[in-house]
Amino acid sequence: MITRVLAQLGSVGVSALSSIGRAHLLILNMLAGLNDIIRRPRLLIDQLYSVGVLTILIIAVAGLFVGMVLGLQGYYILSRFGGETALGLMVAASLVRELGPVLTALLFAGRAGSALTAEIGLMKATEQLSGLEMMAVDPKHRVLSPRFFAGLISVPLLAAMFSCLGIFGGWLVGGGMLGVDQAAFWNGMQGGIDFSDDLVNGFIKSVVFGFVCTWIAIYQGYDCIPTSEGVSRATTRTVVHSSLAVLGLDFVLTALMFG
Amino acid sequence: MNKSKVIEIWVGGFMLAGIMALFWLSMQVSNLGTSYTGDTFHVTANFDNIGGLKTKAPVTMAGVEVGRVTSIVYDPESFRARVGLDIQTTYTGKIPEDTFAKILTAGLLGEQYIGLDPGGAEDPLKEGSEIMITQSALVLEEVIGQFLFSKASEGTK
Repeated sequence: MITRVLAQLGSVGVSALSSIGRAHLLILNMLAGLNDIIRRPRLLIDQLYSVGVLTILIIAVAGLFVGMVLGLQGYYILSRFGGETALGLMVAASLVRELGPVLTALLFAGRAGSALTAEIGLMKATEQLSGLEMMAVDPKHRVLSPRFFAGLISVPLLAAMFSCLGIFGGWLVGGGMLGVDQAAFWNGMQGGIDFSDDLVNGFIKSVVFGFVCTWIAIYQGYDCIPTSEGVSRATTRTVVHSSLAVLGLDFVLTALMFG
Repeated sequence: MNKSKVIEIWVGGFMLAGIMALFWLSMQVSNLGTSYTGDTFHVTANFDNIGGLKTKAPVTMAGVEVGRVTSIVYDPESFRARVGLDIQTTYTGKIPEDTFAKILTAGLLGEQYIGLDPGGAEDPLKEGSEIMITQSALVLEEVIGQFLFSKASEGTK
């Protein structure tokens, strides 16, 4: 009885550790695939389209509405203290520091990460990856690496767009609908947002999130059980693990950067 | 136009939009577009109490920003705070030596900054010179304390 429990515990530990090990070997292989991308930029461009361009719409709409809601809620809270003029700063600071990188990463995991996992998982299930290996083409370099770098490049750019549109949305509601003074809105923002403290730190966050989300998505696809059920489970795991990783890392990064 | 060309154009537009967004954020939203990055000269001022003054706080003359606070250190010999100010070189030779520096607050609860009131001396402030006449920050507790004290002494009369 006790030995069985011990054995079960051991097998859980070993499988968790070996899965972490495979993920790290995979990331090393994908980083080494940068060579192939430099030789064939076409691979990267195709992936940038499916990972980045097709995600713009949801990012743009989400950013605009998040900014508008921030503008409304911020106005109601701030006007109690007579501080409507700080609305610009509040909207911009919350977007640039936190909401831009985090929400972009969460939406990216849902929109692009799950698609990556499903695509790679199906490639594995239909033995396309094995087929590439048969032709002496390394699928990690040829298939996975361009997807990884496309995600790594896309997320920071998408996060910047999210923040921009959010600030625009906040300005539409605050300046247009609620009549906050335009000059105070923009000047408060410029006075309160520091380039190196806020913008650069927000950018670093989005790079880290892009790295982690794409890594998880590709690993789950590449490591899935090659059946319909396995692919569907891997897709779910991608979204769950990415979201948890983003939220956890966000706390750690915030504590390190602004603490 | 073939399909791969269309994809290339989309990706190019995506990259451009992303970089434009980053550029717009840094120029329009952060202080990078407004902060003065040109040459400056350094002067110091000693204050009895700097209140909540922080580095990077603006230094103004007649409300116009002419520089920034670059360093705040405690001087254990004079028991005062030594504040370093970087003033833009366009004002070299135009600020009198006996200028009066005081720590002011923007609005009721706003950020603290340094206001300079020009004196009447012939000689101007130079690199490394020290502002002799200063006024400390208004510390709310002290003001309230003084107010209560004067009220109390009125009561005993």
